[in-house]
Amino acid sequence: MLSLDEVRRIADLARIEVPPEGLAALQQQLNAIFGLVEQMRAVDTAGVEPMAHAVDMSQRLREDRVTESDRHAEFQFIAPQVEDGLYLVPKVIE
Amino acid sequence: MFELPLADLAARLRDRQVSSEELTRLFLGRIARLGAGLNAFITVDEEKALAAARAADARLARGEGAPLTGIPVAHKDLFCAKGWRTTCGSRMLADFVSPYDAHVVEQFDRAGAVLVGKTNMDEFAMGSSNENSHFGPVRNPWDPARVPGGSSGGSAAAVAARLVPAATGTDTGGSIRQPASHTGTSGIRPTYGAVSRYGMVAFASSLDQGGAFGQGARGLALMLNVMAGFDERDSTSVDRPKEDYTRDLDRPLEGVRVGLPKEYFTADLSPDVAACVSAAVRELERQGARTVEVSLPNQALAVPVYYVIAPAEASSNLSRFDGVRYGHRAANYADLADMYRKSRAEGFGAEVQRRILVGTYVLSHGYYDAYYLQAQRVRRLIARDFTEAFKACDVIAGPAAPSVAFPIGEKSDDPVQMYLEDLYTISVNLAGLPGLSVPCGFGAGGMPVGLQLIGDYFGEARMLNVAHRYQQATDWHRRLPPGAA
Repeated sequence: MLSLDEVRRIADLARIEVPPEGLAALQQQLNAIFGLVEQMRAVDTAGVEPMAHAVDMSQRLREDRVTESDRHAEFQFIAPQVEDGLYLVPKVIE
Repeated sequence: MFELPLADLAARLRDRQVSSEELTRLFLGRIARLGAGLNAFITVDEEKALAAARAADARLARGEGAPLTGIPVAHKDLFCAKGWRTTCGSRMLADFVSPYDAHVVEQFDRAGAVLVGKTNMDEFAMGSSNENSHFGPVRNPWDPARVPGGSSGGSAAAVAARLVPAATGTDTGGSIRQPASHTGTSGIRPTYGAVSRYGMVAFASSLDQGGAFGQGARGLALMLNVMAGFDERDSTSVDRPKEDYTRDLDRPLEGVRVGLPKEYFTADLSPDVAACVSAAVRELERQGARTVEVSLPNQALAVPVYYVIAPAEASSNLSRFDGVRYGHRAANYADLADMYRKSRAEGFGAEVQRRILVGTYVLSHGYYDAYYLQAQRVRRLIARDFTEAFKACDVIAGPAAPSVAFPIGEKSDDPVQMYLEDLYTISVNLAGLPGLSVPCGFGAGGMPVGLQLIGDYFGEARMLNVAHRYQQATDWHRRLPPGAA
């Protein structure tokens, strides 16, 4: 069971602001989900190889050459704030 | 003409009995008349659609038409389409206009299909009822007080009400098959890796797969012919020869072995749904198919495993939404970290936030082995069950959802109850197998019921064969919802 402190810690790790008055309800919902998940933890899986992907395949390699064209103007057109080809964010270094 | 299936409309276009512009206007008219009541679309663009229709007509006039040339289609609003708003049902992307096309969109364009609009969906494809959309819930054309299923609920409702003859969807845990079942449409999720994920907004990358909705199996096969195929821009796209998914449609069913998993026919299944599915299986037997009982012993673990793996992958995929390069940015914040936290809290809805938090927890230090790695191990056991079952059968048959579509609001406050909606579909995604749902009758409240067919890896043609033969003998897929006539 997750404590309120743990919910606060996860929300911080996930960079999602949770208002203090919403914490208890969220804690209850998350614990209901972990209650559902619980039955899988008891299964004996000794010696079973984890399955990371649906189809067994190895990573394809390609020739090391430029395949993309420069489209930064199109991609930055949809950004919240840009200047001189740079993304603007609040000051992080004083 | 609106009630005709895809293949018939294509034949009329080819024979010049109707132009694409006429057909497109017909469906745009239906969208204008019935679309708003169902809330099936997030964006409709008449101008773009008519321009594409005229281009298709020019192509048809030159005798260069392909099977989908001139057919109006809709894409689920998580396929990026250049110059189109691509919202993913989220406030986060409410104003996002894509600078590029998804592979699937490109393939439909190349085939000459006419994109009329983008369909409503559960936010970031997380949901089984389409109630999680920033743009409001989608209504079921068979009963507007009920959900259409999700997450591809807009596509399912649009095809059910004949607002478009065909639409795309995606299926991460049942998001094509369950809404197809709830709306009386046919929907297919191909084998993982068959359809490129390039330009499809990512939810859970090891489970996401694009697919299609249509009236019947032949239309699905025609759409798969366009969508499927190798694409080097998706690192998990499977490099194999192009196939014609219509090739086996008419094959007789004599000798086909249909597996019935005993874990699917238990007290969890509503009696009305069980009756429809059993009747459908009897029809397959009548046509010469042989039924065999199979077992999927780890079936009950599929939902729990999914709710570790899918949120884990989602928390990682959705970390890209930070209010910096695109998407919603909060108006007021103290510093950079505060900007991230507020932009994400405002941009994501409650269900998306919950799943990101679950995923963050199971991937965090000290919990990774107990949750994520353990889930991946049980996932292997679930996949092995199918490998065993397919030694005894060619396709597996069962329900696509435990009951008919439920009333809007009934499960929206209880995430766990909502998750259990996908009881019969999720294991297919975990294993990476193909699955489809075709209409097989009506249950409680006169609501449609779907028959799920599950195929072996890249066994789509066989699955479509069984579905098509079934639809040759039944007319459930041709029935129209009351308001759609």
